[in-house]
Amino acid sequence: MGRIWKISGPVVVAEEMRGSRVYEVVEVGELRLDGEIIGLEQDKAVIQVYEDTSGLKVGEPVERTGEILMVELGPGIVGSIFDGVQRSLVTMAEELGDFLERGARTVALDRSKKWHFTPGVKAGQRVGEGDIIGTVQETGLMEHRIMVPLGIQGTLAEITEGEYTIEEPVAVLKDNGLERQLTLMQRWPARKPRPNKRRLDPGNLLVTGTRIMDYLFPLALGGKAAIPGGFGTGKTVALQQMARWAQTELNLYVGCGERGNEMADVLHSFQKLRDPATDILLTEKEIFIANTSNMPVVAREISIFIGITIAEYFRDMGYNVLLVADSTSRWAEAMREIGARLEETPGEEGFPTYLGSRLASFYERAGRVECLGAPDRTGSVTVIGAVSPPGADFSEPVTQSTLRIVEALYSLDVALANKRHFPTINWLTSYSLYADATRKWWENVSPDWSGTRDGALKVLQEEADLEEIVRLIGPEALPEDDKLVLLAAKMIREDFLMQSAYHPIDTYSTPERSHKMISVIMDFYKKAREMSAAGISVSEISSSKIIPRISRMKDTSNEDFGSYIIELSADMERELRVQEGGI
Amino acid sequence: MEARQLFIRETKAISTARRSLLMIESIPGIRFNEIVDVRLGTGEMRSGQVIEVGKNMTVVQVYGGVSEVDLLDSRVRYKGETLKIPLSPDILGRIFDGSGAPIDGGPKIVAEKYIDINGAPVNPASRQPPSEFIETGISAIDGLNVLVRGQKLPIFSGAGLPHNKIASQIVRQAALKGKDETFAIVFGAIGVSYDDAAAFIANLEESGALSRSVGFVNTAASPVIERLSTPRLALSAAEYLAWEHDMHVLVILSDITNYCDALRELAAMRGEIPSRRGYPGYMYTDLASMYERAGRISGRNGSVTIMPILTMPDDDITHPIPDLTGYITEGQIVLSRSLERKRVYPPIDVFLSLSRMMREGIGEGKTREDHNNVFMQSYAAYAEGNYLREISTVVGAEALSARDKIYLEAADRVEQEYISQGEFERRPVEETLDLAWKIFAMLPEEDLKLISQEFINKYLSKNV
Repeated sequence: MGRIWKISGPVVVAEEMRGSRVYEVVEVGELRLDGEIIGLEQDKAVIQVYEDTSGLKVGEPVERTGEILMVELGPGIVGSIFDGVQRSLVTMAEELGDFLERGARTVALDRSKKWHFTPGVKAGQRVGEGDIIGTVQETGLMEHRIMVPLGIQGTLAEITEGEYTIEEPVAVLKDNGLERQLTLMQRWPARKPRPNKRRLDPGNLLVTGTRIMDYLFPLALGGKAAIPGGFGTGKTVALQQMARWAQTELNLYVGCGERGNEMADVLHSFQKLRDPATDILLTEKEIFIANTSNMPVVAREISIFIGITIAEYFRDMGYNVLLVADSTSRWAEAMREIGARLEETPGEEGFPTYLGSRLASFYERAGRVECLGAPDRTGSVTVIGAVSPPGADFSEPVTQSTLRIVEALYSLDVALANKRHFPTINWLTSYSLYADATRKWWENVSPDWSGTRDGALKVLQEEADLEEIVRLIGPEALPEDDKLVLLAAKMIREDFLMQSAYHPIDTYSTPERSHKMISVIMDFYKKAREMSAAGISVSEISSSKIIPRISRMKDTSNEDFGSYIIELSADMERELRVQEGGI
Repeated sequence: MEARQLFIRETKAISTARRSLLMIESIPGIRFNEIVDVRLGTGEMRSGQVIEVGKNMTVVQVYGGVSEVDLLDSRVRYKGETLKIPLSPDILGRIFDGSGAPIDGGPKIVAEKYIDINGAPVNPASRQPPSEFIETGISAIDGLNVLVRGQKLPIFSGAGLPHNKIASQIVRQAALKGKDETFAIVFGAIGVSYDDAAAFIANLEESGALSRSVGFVNTAASPVIERLSTPRLALSAAEYLAWEHDMHVLVILSDITNYCDALRELAAMRGEIPSRRGYPGYMYTDLASMYERAGRISGRNGSVTIMPILTMPDDDITHPIPDLTGYITEGQIVLSRSLERKRVYPPIDVFLSLSRMMREGIGEGKTREDHNNVFMQSYAAYAEGNYLREISTVVGAEALSARDKIYLEAADRVEQEYISQGEFERRPVEETLDLAWKIFAMLPEEDLKLISQEFINKYLSKNV
């Protein structure tokens, strides 16, 4: 046992710590605050403490645990709400009250709950690391696949169906005369990526239900994306939309240094929302990590790694997982604060010089892989990280370091927010390098995807070019062709890109639906150009009764949508015809 | 502050005094972050905070600097305890300074409870999302940027703008819709001028709200360090009233810019590496530790609503103080100099202002069924008018169509009739919504796309 030698904010130095390891977890002071050793020198250990250190004294005890920070993985994890060091917040509220007291101690997963285990292999079979030996139906949406922990192999001596807690042995493994019991729970160090057989390229669309993302800037399973945006640009709502509707088997929402009320809103609203495909409550495929801005800074640093470890564990079962981190800027600020306490030489704007590599070490854990063990399976972790650039200035270090790593960027725009255009993803500055990876997937939905997408992007670009001129000479003075571009762009913006997160139908748009909506608009534009060429004025075209009907596509329920579009297209065909002299 | 004096120890072994820091020989029992007294050889007392404790050496930051500190006769006294505030329901109607001592001539508070001024974070799983509409009687807020109980909604102002008048009006008028319940007011004045603080207290007195108010006043002439403790004392008092005595508390903190400048000043003296514009890198976390004390808790009756007021240096909303605040709070009310010049009171810039909690607080049973539709349509119409104003300054109003001219007029009416109101005028939310309908009545009906037909039939005819 060591003793406190020095205290400086969240950094504590302890003496008499010979024999400890870097990243070993320790309990600091009489309050037994959790901390992690981040450096050793002679018999002294530098410790970052996960809780507020106010009131600590020199000489208080520092207890070693002999372990590095482990994440508990097993049934009971889905639907949980953890703090930054994987303590269950619900258990803490029940046992300790509404306020977070320091030194609170609670396990991550419920030890007393029994789960029904169904073996998938038989006794006598030889199994190795990562092999699936059976399943637990954890929630309506999650079949928890029980895997042989990494580094273990042997012949199954026993495996029995039944009700088990996560600590009771469900199987016994024999290897070279050694016996090992397998339980439903396993543990894995948070800072260490979980291995896999082989990395695969990101592929297939991650359907988010947000039209501008899915259609214009598609994100691939196993991809990594960043969402930078100033305050008030609807960043949190955009991220929540993804965590809600992404068509993955598991979603993780890591609230890192963000608002408590918003976290509460996420937690409450998810308990009411249902998965569009199965109509099962979304909490059955969701895990929350909530380390709000007034919770300890150091725990912010580790919370992201705890999140990604859980994501990898489910990936290894053969699932597609989405991890949403809000916000990586707060995470970087936590590193800056600790770095300053350690008196490290600072890099740009006081951030540590290893900011870029630490960000990369997080984002690089995203990816699509061939999982270890039998049966053969692939899984993926997709990461979306929010960035909160100060003053909405994207030239700051966190945004810039992030842009060097991610392959899709959804940049949120204050000007759009002020116009109440939501989501505020700017179509001119956003990009996705996954358009090729998802092309095949989209072409199954519609072979015209590439062409329609390019056409829409072109109109939007032309509008941006024209805007300058409009500001000088007014919209009335433009040539007819250009007025038509403005009309089409306005329709794309308002009737396709704008999407209400709060409208029960519009909040989630299937890829098929998105494609039909944009196709109608592009079709209208094509017909309007033909009419214009035949001498019909744009002001006449824009008074067409078809336009308000196009605007209402959004609100049309999924049941009526097909017939609505067929009718709309037919009427458009009839009414927007040059031969019969216009409208 | 009168703290429990369990034991007091002192040391004379001061080895270094530089900038605002004292290095003293470590004494057993001294705690990290505790507040200590420094007694100078001249007999003067200053307070300081322990910012680093080591086995051999402890670093104390002296508030007020180390001028006249000598290494022979100065002493550091410590209590082995971090800063706590004595609280009881008797604090209502009282005024304290930034150290928690009464300055209204009344007696000391007999404590029912001592609370650490830093509070404890609310477990996110215990929070109840805020959703109860607060009627402020101000149309630009009630109609377009609704405040709800448990929200933190700052006012972003500029030098010379009437933020204090608006805050006073909110304090006078704020009440929960349809109920007689009023708020307890906790007022934290941080580095403001004596006149401003006195005017605010006088306003409380005149409106009869003083008996349900608590004030913590640190004027521009008070010690800089107490700018950091003043808002925390105020918030501790607010939490105590809300969570222990089921009260609904509205906290006004003014001016956060002074708070942040004090934070910067003290950080610079410690020789910390500065972040943007010299402010410390942990300013986000520091501000969050205050703002996040707003909220509601499941199963408890009280609530803490916070309205921090800050003046944006040079009206720059990207300055670190409004910027970091905006990232933490649930929206912002932004005051506009150009509206002020047009003599619009309150000069609230509707485009830059935002309430993230609005959607939860409005609609049938809360305000009125048509509120959300009316909000969206008012916003769209005003935005359209504003855009056309911009165009007309370049191409001239003659180049605009008849429809466009209607929108120009509508935008003027929004400012002159809807946003504008008297300083002592308390508009019920229904009147605010009806005002919007009056303006809609001049627009072409087919342009009211954002309002459902049902509401158009019900409310438009009434107002034509």
